[in-house]
Amino acid sequence: MRVNFTVNGRKQEVDDVWEGESLLYVLRERMGFPGSKNACEQGECGSCTVRLDGVPVCSCLVAAGQAEGRQVVTVEGLADYARHREDAHPGTGCATGACGTPLGTARSRQAGDGQGTEELSPIQQAFIDAGAVQCGFCTPGLLVAADELLETQPSPSDQDIREALSGNLCRCTGYEKILDAVRLAAARQEEAVR
Amino acid sequence: MALHPRAASVPAGTPTRITQGSMTKGGIGESTLRPDGTLKVTGEFAYSSDMWHEDMLWGHTLRSTMAHAAIRSIDIGEAVATPGVYAVLTYDDLPAAMKNYGLEIQDTPVLAHGKVRHHGEPVALVAADHPETARRAAAKIRIDYAELPVITDEASATAPDAVLVHEGRTDHHIGHVAHPNIVHRQPVVRGDADAAAQRADVVVTGDYVFGMQDQAFLGPESGLAVPSEDGGVELYVATQWLHSDLRQIAPVLGLPEDKVRMTLSGVGGAFGGREDLSMQIHACLLALRTGKPVKMVYNRFESFFGHVHRHPARLHYEHGATKDGRLTHMRCRIVLDGGAYASASPAVVGNAASLAVGPYVVEDVDIEALALYSNNPPCGAMRGFGAVQACFAYEAQMDKLAAALDMDPVELRQLNAMEQGTLLPTGQRVDSPAPVAELLRRVKARPMPPEQQWLSADAGGSSVDVRALPGGLSNTTHGEGVVRGVGYAVGLKNVGFSEGFDDYSTARVRMEVINGEPVATVHTAMAEVGQGGVTVHAQIARTELGVSQVTIQPADTRVGSAGSTSASRQTYVTGGAVKHSCEAVREQVLEMGRRKFGTYHPAWATAELLLEGGKVVTDGGEVLAPLAEVLEDEAVDIELEWRHRPTEAFDLRTGQGNGHVQYSFAAHRAVVEVDTELGLVKVIELACAQDVGKALNPLSVVGQIQGGTTQGLGVAVMEEILVDPKTAKVRNPSFTDYLIPTILDTPSIPVDVLELADDHAPYGLRGVGEAPTLSSTPAVLAAIRNATGLELNRTPVRPEHITGT
Amino acid sequence: MDFLRPASWEEALAAKAEHPTAVPIAGGTDVMVEINFDHRRPEHLLDLNRIGELSEWQTGPDTVRLGASVPYSAIMENLRTELPGLALASHTVASPQIRNRGGVGGNLGTASPAGDAHPALLAAGAEVEAESVRGTRMIPIDAFYTGVKRNALAPDELIRAVHIKKADGPQQFSKVGTRNAMVIAVCAFGLALHPGTRTVRTGIGSAAPTPVRAEAAEEFLNAALDEGGFWENGKIITPSVAKQFAQLASGACSPIDDVRGTAAYRRHAVGVMARRTLGWTWEQYRDTGRTLEGAA
Repeated sequence: MRVNFTVNGRKQEVDDVWEGESLLYVLRERMGFPGSKNACEQGECGSCTVRLDGVPVCSCLVAAGQAEGRQVVTVEGLADYARHREDAHPGTGCATGACGTPLGTARSRQAGDGQGTEELSPIQQAFIDAGAVQCGFCTPGLLVAADELLETQPSPSDQDIREALSGNLCRCTGYEKILDAVRLAAARQEEAVR
Repeated sequence: MALHPRAASVPAGTPTRITQGSMTKGGIGESTLRPDGTLKVTGEFAYSSDMWHEDMLWGHTLRSTMAHAAIRSIDIGEAVATPGVYAVLTYDDLPAAMKNYGLEIQDTPVLAHGKVRHHGEPVALVAADHPETARRAAAKIRIDYAELPVITDEASATAPDAVLVHEGRTDHHIGHVAHPNIVHRQPVVRGDADAAAQRADVVVTGDYVFGMQDQAFLGPESGLAVPSEDGGVELYVATQWLHSDLRQIAPVLGLPEDKVRMTLSGVGGAFGGREDLSMQIHACLLALRTGKPVKMVYNRFESFFGHVHRHPARLHYEHGATKDGRLTHMRCRIVLDGGAYASASPAVVGNAASLAVGPYVVEDVDIEALALYSNNPPCGAMRGFGAVQACFAYEAQMDKLAAALDMDPVELRQLNAMEQGTLLPTGQRVDSPAPVAELLRRVKARPMPPEQQWLSADAGGSSVDVRALPGGLSNTTHGEGVVRGVGYAVGLKNVGFSEGFDDYSTARVRMEVINGEPVATVHTAMAEVGQGGVTVHAQIARTELGVSQVTIQPADTRVGSAGSTSASRQTYVTGGAVKHSCEAVREQVLEMGRRKFGTYHPAWATAELLLEGGKVVTDGGEVLAPLAEVLEDEAVDIELEWRHRPTEAFDLRTGQGNGHVQYSFAAHRAVVEVDTELGLVKVIELACAQDVGKALNPLSVVGQIQGGTTQGLGVAVMEEILVDPKTAKVRNPSFTDYLIPTILDTPSIPVDVLELADDHAPYGLRGVGEAPTLSSTPAVLAAIRNATGLELNRTPVRPEHITGT
Repeated sequence: MDFLRPASWEEALAAKAEHPTAVPIAGGTDVMVEINFDHRRPEHLLDLNRIGELSEWQTGPDTVRLGASVPYSAIMENLRTELPGLALASHTVASPQIRNRGGVGGNLGTASPAGDAHPALLAAGAEVEAESVRGTRMIPIDAFYTGVKRNALAPDELIRAVHIKKADGPQQFSKVGTRNAMVIAVCAFGLALHPGTRTVRTGIGSAAPTPVRAEAAEEFLNAALDEGGFWENGKIITPSVAKQFAQLASGACSPIDDVRGTAAYRRHAVGVMARRTLGWTWEQYRDTGRTLEGAA
């Protein structure tokens, strides 16, 4: 079947989608947004979290056809989304046009010097600064969830952070530095407002 | 003249002096940020499951539904005929004489031949144009199984009439085991435990059970194999050790190693679970057969069958002590279930046996450890590797002994704590700091977390926050039945590969001038699995070469082996290799400088020279020349191997031998609150103190300790792969029923890092990753025992163990 | 597999009539797991996301008509006063992401004994509005669960809404899992005080082939409260009464041993939860209760 929806502000159309495919599969394998991760495909880890019409959901449990005509924001569009938050509409994102990660790109991206030039959202920067990233596989989902938390609750308590992120498993960090990162992003956000 | 950064002899227990590059920003000792951090937070970092290639096919594995069965026939006819299917492979399609693989013993069939030995064993492979096509085709493969009796424990494995899991064993352990269903057995005997037992005023014994833990890394097994024009294959994969994979893959493909080119893809965690092969050979076979790139990605269900787990264990321990609390003797027997294939079982046995005593001084010991072959899921490497199971038992014993002696459990441990100079049961003398008593002192001295944190006063009285209570969001208690408990534990782990293994790494370091700036490039085959090795390599290069710009090359097999990212060894061994190669590069750069500029300034010949801030300087701080002028358009490029001190094999009868290269220690204090009526546990705080020798990157060190601590917490209260004892089938292969801690299960983890240098290690560092996983579990168990008064001899503790229902 | 996308409720009913084996998918939190793990390959998926009314609710004088797809997060946020038990139960469902997608209609459609909404619905009292091209019928919640993962729906019927009695007294919900968040129930218990009718209703989850009420326990407690004049005098419930109530609640279970827990533990835990939830609701009824931050 054909599916049309908007990813990170850009309209996408894909054909030949098998009806049993999830939104996650279509994003990763057909649209070139592999940032959302496929860790459990049963809604028990949060690694595939995206915003669907603004709401954080597990994209592995959304049938691709259910996304028809809707707005999806993935980790790839998070920085842009955060920048445009005040305009209350998502930005234009950066669809690569390819599918998955082509080998050439993958080669150049492994390790590398990592001096990315693009501007990060506050929560992305805080994750790096606080040491909340190890293997990084849970990171995209956590970022989307944490970004939404700070959008709705600018100064969350520790328990609020824990509750909001209780659907996102991390196996590397023991979560302490993830808490640090969310606290850091909240504090920076407050400072910026002042 | 080599410029050694450290003085020849540093008194034990003092911090290491770093001379070379200590002024260079971003060097060792700083919490520099991950070089892959930006890619990882933007979703651009390419994990092995993200690989994509035009025209690629999807590979799928058909796995056995039985744990032990003869295969009478396999009918692939209908599967092959399915539109969209490009290949269906079984054992008969394997191209080379070698049809097995294995880390140490090549006992694992690439595809089942004649029989399957465990639930989920790969039997056939399908390549198709869509994963669903491959799945549907695989479902059409008909396998006629004849069920065989299952071996599931020691009794069934060693019964006189037991079916042999592997017939006709020829490996080098078969000669010293009592039964072919025992993979390996290692005794460690020292002194005379029987005689010493006579001196004991108090003797405590216990039988302990350790459940099967899964690594549960979040990035599933996956990768992409691309056939190349020369008949070889390129493999992009997530692994812990590229060269070990290569050594096992190439013979099965019938290819020379140089035709199998491996590149490390992004690795979504490992924890030991990627030390063995999973989809590597399968993807290559399908790619070579179809002539097309083949991608394979396990889902979570398959992942539980796709890698080995932590050995479940049954342990019997006996400790004796005099009235004043001095240990007289220790006897123990550790039975590990290795499952259907050997994997790392022999080395796990060696670790369990040699570390069975824990960080204590006991002169008279009688230890036996062994691993079984069974039809349970294969078990192998996982963080802590044999030492975890032993630590769970000996720490329970220490509490039991303290209770029997009416002593404080921490004081009892401190009284018997090993230290530098202690002779271990293997006869090896500990020749670097071993601050066991100090680590315990530090966790004990911490202030206690406040009581009843679930209560908060507000205008209308008090309110309850269930998120701070056992049961959490499930709203099971508002304080009823909740009792606090405190427990302590400390552990002993080896660092690096032991028992005479040639444990080395390789680093290629290049220095050149790019756009007027000196740049170092570091190339190793080290698997970055999240631990931060890439961060540390850049720091080492900055420190050793005095440059700010360092490029880390992708890990692949174009450079020599780095060994495994396991055994807490990579910073030590590959870090050591990077340092070693950097030193050689630096020496060559200085030589170039001497040739070019030596005649202009006497200091080139007389002073101790350093590279700092992109310049050659004297140890007095005088600048001699910018590196850009020394190098001009020349590049220095050196690849060297580096190895740690050699170790020895353990004697097969006595376990004597200098088997380990370094030891690491962590201590925990767990504070828990238990709903004693419902048997639910909330860990309130899990404080850790660990000696890391030298924290090359303090932020990463703390992250490792907190992560390791949390995995220990998981197996204390929730994590266990359940295997049906009647059928040997896995009952909970999903994240719905194999639970790992969420952020609401994980407490605050304050960490106290000690840095007492080990003079034998680069920069004095000590491996970090595993030690916290050892002591965390028994500390939590001790705290639950403290809260409930129950014996609790098994982990994980389930609610029914606490409630007795 | 066909993906049917009805744009209206009428179209959905027509599609279901034409393809009675079509599997309705709304939040997808059950169906997609089965598809991803290759446990199920329905011929037709019937997407209900396009039907806006299913995500709406109406509050009447006595009941809340809750659209089948109203997500749990909306119930938690908006219906705490009207449906406190269901709001508490909604808060224990899986994870925030799942609560944003899943709804009561899915819980009812799957009819797993472990579904978190069931005990709260049983305790509050509810009717399921089932509809087909043949017409609408109201199925009392007590008659809805017919077996393990089976319900009273006809093959051509869809769940349009659930009519739940508005709370006329305190309600509580408790669930035991072996993790402090994102966990499937080992067992669960819902309790609602109905001061209007001077009755107590209960619901037990995951401790029998279907969600059940602890009827003997309810009858005992109703009689005991009545006899002691507790509804009027607002006295603390006698410990022996609470104990007996808990025992009877345990006795209402017919659980199994499985990977999540033993039968014996389930019986025990249901008793503990019965006693505690009775205590909490009764405290609230007596108006001395504590407020709950995280739970509601």
